[in-house]
Amino acid sequence: MGEFKVHRVRFFDYMPSGIRALAFNQDTERMAVARMDGSVEVFHCSDRFFQEKIIPGREQFGIEGLSWVGERLFSAGLNGGITEYDLTNQKVKYTIDAYGGPIWTIAGNQQGTHLAVGCEDGTVKLFEVNEDNIQFERNLDRQKSRIVSLSWHPSGSKIAAGMMDMIQVFNVETGHSMHRMLADRGVGTSRSKECVVWSVVYLSDGTIITGDSVGMVKLWDDQTGTLIKSHNVTKCDVLALSVSQNEDSLVAGTSEGIVVQFQFVSMVLGKDDKEWVRTRTFRNHTHDIRAVAEITTAVVSGGMDAQLVVRPLLDKIEERSAASALRKIHFPHRRLVACARKSGLMLFQYPGHLELWRLGESEGKGIPGSSLFVKRNPEKLLHLKVKGEDHIRCSAVSPCGEWIVYSTASTLRLYRLHCDNNNISITKISKLPKVLSSANQLCFSSDSSHLFSASAQSSVHLVSISQSGCKFVGTLKPKSGSHQAIHLLAASEDGKWVASANSDHEVHIYNLQTRKAHCTVPIYSSAVTAMGIHPATNCLFMMHADQQMFEYSIEQKQYTDWSRTVQRKGLHRLWVERDTPCLNVMFNPQNPSHVILHDMYMLCIIDQSLPLPDDKTQFYNQLTLKSLTEEQRKSHSHAFKVCKTFKDILCVELMPDQSLVVVERPLEDIATQLPAPIKQKKFAT
Amino acid sequence: MVEQSEVRVVRCGGSKINLRPPIISTDSRFVLCASGDSVKVYSTRTEEWLHSLQGHTNQVTGITLNPANHLQVYSCSADGTVKLWDFIDGILIKTFIIGYPLFAIYVSEKHDGIVFLHIAMDTDSKNECFQLVAVHLPKSAEQEVEAKELSAVSSRISPNPSCTAFGREGQYIAFARHLQLNVYFFRKQKTYSFSLKATDKKGAKNAFTCIACHPADDCIATGHEDGKIRLWRNFIHTKEYTYSTQHWHHNAVNTVCFTPEGTNLLSGGIESVLVQWQYGAGNRKEFLPRLGGSILHVSTSSDGQLFCTSHSDNRDAVLTDLMIDPRSKALVLNGKPGHLQFYSLLRDKHLYNLDIVQQEYIYEAGLDQFEVVKAAFDIKGYWLATVEERGQKSSDLEFSLKLWAYDERTQSFVLNTTITAAHTDRIMSMCFSSSEETTMLVTTAEDGQFKAWCQGADADTQQDQNFWSCDFVGSYHNLKPTNCSFSADSSLLAVSFQEVITIWSPDTWELLTTLCQPPGVVRDLCFGQLSCSKYLIATTTRNLLCCWNLLTCALEWSTSVEVSKLQPDPLSENVAAFSYQSKHTDLFVFKPNEPRPLFTHKNVCSEKMHRAVFVPREEPLNNCDESSQWLNRSQLYFLTQNMDLLTFSTATEEDRMLSSSKRLVIDDSVAVTPFYLLLGKHRQQQQKLNTPSHPAADKPQQPQGSVTITELLHTPAHVLPAASVLCSMFVSSLLISNTGVRQDPLREMESSEQEMNSEKEEEHSEEEMEACDSQQELRAQGSVDEVTPKLSKAQERELKRVRKTDFSWMAGLIDSKP
Repeated sequence: MGEFKVHRVRFFDYMPSGIRALAFNQDTERMAVARMDGSVEVFHCSDRFFQEKIIPGREQFGIEGLSWVGERLFSAGLNGGITEYDLTNQKVKYTIDAYGGPIWTIAGNQQGTHLAVGCEDGTVKLFEVNEDNIQFERNLDRQKSRIVSLSWHPSGSKIAAGMMDMIQVFNVETGHSMHRMLADRGVGTSRSKECVVWSVVYLSDGTIITGDSVGMVKLWDDQTGTLIKSHNVTKCDVLALSVSQNEDSLVAGTSEGIVVQFQFVSMVLGKDDKEWVRTRTFRNHTHDIRAVAEITTAVVSGGMDAQLVVRPLLDKIEERSAASALRKIHFPHRRLVACARKSGLMLFQYPGHLELWRLGESEGKGIPGSSLFVKRNPEKLLHLKVKGEDHIRCSAVSPCGEWIVYSTASTLRLYRLHCDNNNISITKISKLPKVLSSANQLCFSSDSSHLFSASAQSSVHLVSISQSGCKFVGTLKPKSGSHQAIHLLAASEDGKWVASANSDHEVHIYNLQTRKAHCTVPIYSSAVTAMGIHPATNCLFMMHADQQMFEYSIEQKQYTDWSRTVQRKGLHRLWVERDTPCLNVMFNPQNPSHVILHDMYMLCIIDQSLPLPDDKTQFYNQLTLKSLTEEQRKSHSHAFKVCKTFKDILCVELMPDQSLVVVERPLEDIATQLPAPIKQKKFAT
Repeated sequence: MVEQSEVRVVRCGGSKINLRPPIISTDSRFVLCASGDSVKVYSTRTEEWLHSLQGHTNQVTGITLNPANHLQVYSCSADGTVKLWDFIDGILIKTFIIGYPLFAIYVSEKHDGIVFLHIAMDTDSKNECFQLVAVHLPKSAEQEVEAKELSAVSSRISPNPSCTAFGREGQYIAFARHLQLNVYFFRKQKTYSFSLKATDKKGAKNAFTCIACHPADDCIATGHEDGKIRLWRNFIHTKEYTYSTQHWHHNAVNTVCFTPEGTNLLSGGIESVLVQWQYGAGNRKEFLPRLGGSILHVSTSSDGQLFCTSHSDNRDAVLTDLMIDPRSKALVLNGKPGHLQFYSLLRDKHLYNLDIVQQEYIYEAGLDQFEVVKAAFDIKGYWLATVEERGQKSSDLEFSLKLWAYDERTQSFVLNTTITAAHTDRIMSMCFSSSEETTMLVTTAEDGQFKAWCQGADADTQQDQNFWSCDFVGSYHNLKPTNCSFSADSSLLAVSFQEVITIWSPDTWELLTTLCQPPGVVRDLCFGQLSCSKYLIATTTRNLLCCWNLLTCALEWSTSVEVSKLQPDPLSENVAAFSYQSKHTDLFVFKPNEPRPLFTHKNVCSEKMHRAVFVPREEPLNNCDESSQWLNRSQLYFLTQNMDLLTFSTATEEDRMLSSSKRLVIDDSVAVTPFYLLLGKHRQQQQKLNTPSHPAADKPQQPQGSVTITELLHTPAHVLPAASVLCSMFVSSLLISNTGVRQDPLREMESSEQEMNSEKEEEHSEEEMEACDSQQELRAQGSVDEVTPKLSKAQERELKRVRKTDFSWMAGLIDSKP
């Protein structure tokens, strides 16, 4: 496997932002997640919850609600505007003001014709969804208090609105209120506090289900406007509700971090009189659950602790597989760390700023597993704040460490770093070609002479950079295919090739000498999570979200023999069942048959010269190999060598001096920086 | 159990009533418990033991009400029979012979004539392979029927009978074993199985411990080993079944039970807290804490007003000696944790608990609790000494000696003195001096000392309160004292130090002599009683029973017998010795003055003897038979290691018991009011008259105006005359008139009654007519010597008065009728 000197980096203080809203699109199987910092992410539910799209947020841009209308995604926030997103180019399409003060909730009807928003001033505003924009239609009867939650009746004729201390049912046709149902306040001291109806769900049979700040889940009848049943779920607030597509299951998220499931089951078997019964309880969160969504086979919940939890419902799953395991998504499926390999610099990307660090140096050699004495401490060279309100979408540092580039939704900035002794200074390159106004992904060529910038319509702009300035060289465009934004770029070591992957799973390879599209890798059903071009053989190595790996020979325009062998023999069960995607592909220049991969939990070296493991062989075999003699070892070893020494890995990079840089962000450190959760009595404490 | 000619071993009261859940009769008047070989019937209102249903020849393993007739109960037993009883009268109706040892019984309303039984699949029940079988009970008039129509339902049955339950309307039966829940539907003949994981991530134990089915909904509640309660629904789908989990108990749930309406779920466990969960309202729950011992079973009455919990009080190891409270003649033994229970043997009833430890009992697994380990009464029952200790396993032993004085006013024991560090090590034994004048307590401990405690007025304490303080500390060559005993007149104290017995004078605390018979450490020690008080008897570990004559200080006799327990009878010279040899226990009764046993009983029981005690009889028997003479003054009770309380009974005694049980006919149907008393007597009398086989010899006839009262109560209010009229009649009927009439007051009463009847004939309801008839019958049967009706003066006066009374109100009544 080989020995490496490892820089164990723990000074990247990345803080994921809390989850504020979830919206599930049944047709496309996409889950939209809105975070506290205003960013919106789109996960592909049937592709192992791969984070396909990230739309970075802005300062002072809090999202309160998300809603799909068809395949269009809308959000509304406390700034009073409704935003539609351009999911193809992963940016905000437009924002219009609803003129009702802060918006607390947004809901689209199932027909896809209207959007309703609940505003601070007590109005429910209806917007008509047009071809390319939305238009204000009218207000429903104005109420005295703010509208906190909204739900459309599936027929689209009625809307239930949760407010302070009450629930109002509106007729959409007339705009008048049909029923006013009062929610009880709590007892005792909370008597004086008003009861906030945090969440409301309108079922097709006319049942309205509400979750409120008293901790009750209440069921109301919309014909009579009376309470049918109430369930005391928690002592704190019930913050979120979600009903399954066929309306036989309901999940409620509470501020204690508990998700409670209710099921619509018949009390007497074989008869039709069904009741909502509290059944399961899921405890996967430590903090408030701000949003829940029940998708076909799982319950998805997110909250203040910034993790997205996918809890599978085993009764809905046909067969148990890796796709049906409990999944917790902590980190983005993008790289936030860039590494200047030749100069030992690390660029950390935060939402609002960049940090440049120089790695420390150690002396001497140690035995494997021991820690070395640090001769020079790592040093923070630069703290670069973003101009404007937009958050950073992508960033890159050139391998030589001389150039830093980042892009927001609106601007792209290129900086040159001057480093003489201990004096660090940067200069902004002022005159940029027009094409470099914004980028979805950025990448430098290995000799740092060119910058690749992925932009709209899956095109890659090629810009040459030098001391004198930067010059637009050309645009690489695919011959055909979709216009989805590119989320991965990989340049070859020899400067001949560049590969791009977009969210439609397309991988295009361009010849840099002819500046033409060279070929397109056959489209695989799962998204590409990481790829790299082998420096010696110029083979493109791709990792997919379903943990499959492909090696594609660029020159021969076909899969390599090794890749075909992998596909024929299949990968080991334990490899396929891992639940985080691989985020980086590296190659060991000293041993061309080694491919280094990493995901959040492990670091893996694939030795292409060794046989592949089948399901019967022991997958994690390092300990066994240690106990064997040299000769026996040969018969037992297989291609996968997994190292689990490091946890919560954000990035692994192989430096030219055969040392590894492992950037860790321990989840415990994140937990300590979160606000204190609601104090709960624990048994025997 | 081997029966001898006359004296036989009898399982007596106090055997576990908590083996199987108790059941409450449909009218909520009786509680039935399986107890040993019989079923005990208790009254819910008076909480008294009424009678036992006896007839099984082995442990009763299950009882259930007959769904077809709520006055009947089925019981099954390990002897392989199912018996049907009328539990109110205690009559055995039918016996069904199954032929296999039975372990539990279930019935359901839907399955008429079928009982479901647990039988062991293999012949040895240790294999824990049980089978649920349905048995069709043949309908036949015979008393004993063989039921051979067995059909197996399932073999995935847990040996725990609370892991099986019938579902709504008997449509399905749910049973669980280990981690699997099975639901068998009778109509579809299909079993659905649901499995839980052996453990979850937190190491919880998921095994099923009990099951209950909702009476109206299809919901199964299961209790689990880790204290969780799961409510299962939708269990006709193998995949889409669902359950909700509730967790309050921190240890295994012993029982779950739905109330008859299904609105609440009751659960209990070792925490001795009864939890009432509101059905359908999530985790809303109420608690009934501090119920004493851990809860084993809960049952509800059909009207939902009574819950019956059975606890594991009397199953805990009895640490203290069995003792007899000299006052109440009650058996005293460990009860609830930290308590002593007083148990009346005569009435087979728990009298009261005495809280010794006086600390709140909070159950936690592994927590070392204070336990009462020693207790002793002085001879008059004025003083009770107790020792409680904790930390038996660990080195940090904590114990205290407490002395309790009897309070006449409260009729209970009151704590007088607590001595926290009586000794530096564990107290081995203690005894009170037996003299009447001064009470003295001697304790021996492992620290090599014995201490004498006296009740003395300390200088620094108040004069009116006498506390106990140490009087003397004695030791002998640093040997560990084990036993101590006072002679009958308290003039001598014998303390055994391993192999040596020392005799001390309690007055001067002078070592009088030492007795030694090596090898073998002295195990038990006692003085002879009454005429044999000059003898000291000791047993050693080397199978030696020695008897010393204290006058000569020489060994009188010794015999080689392995004695595990020596128990002198305080009322006679007899000493009982139990010996455990080759897997059975033998009993010898002897007098110290002769080495020949008075009585031997081989193979008393198969277990080792744990404790034994002589209980003085209230009235001595006069058995002349030699073998049972020793039981005349007192009765020997003993407790085996299985915590079965056994005793010896004689033939004459059994006869008497039989007669007394027949005399006790208790009618519970009427509340205990003054009217009830009057009426009750009346009925009793009627019964006697109607059953000529039972000549009413014991009780004098007391025909006190019951007819009047019956009439008063049974006549509809709107046809009754004014209260003033009735009142005088009623009062006069209660009076005992002059001697002449006394011979047959009933007769006389009737005549006056009839007078009245004739006067208002036109209004007589039918009931009254019947009453009249029965009276005539009574007369025909009951009174042999007919005396012509003769009116007393008082009654004549009464008659006249009645005639004078204005009955115009009746005319008004007639007019008003349509």
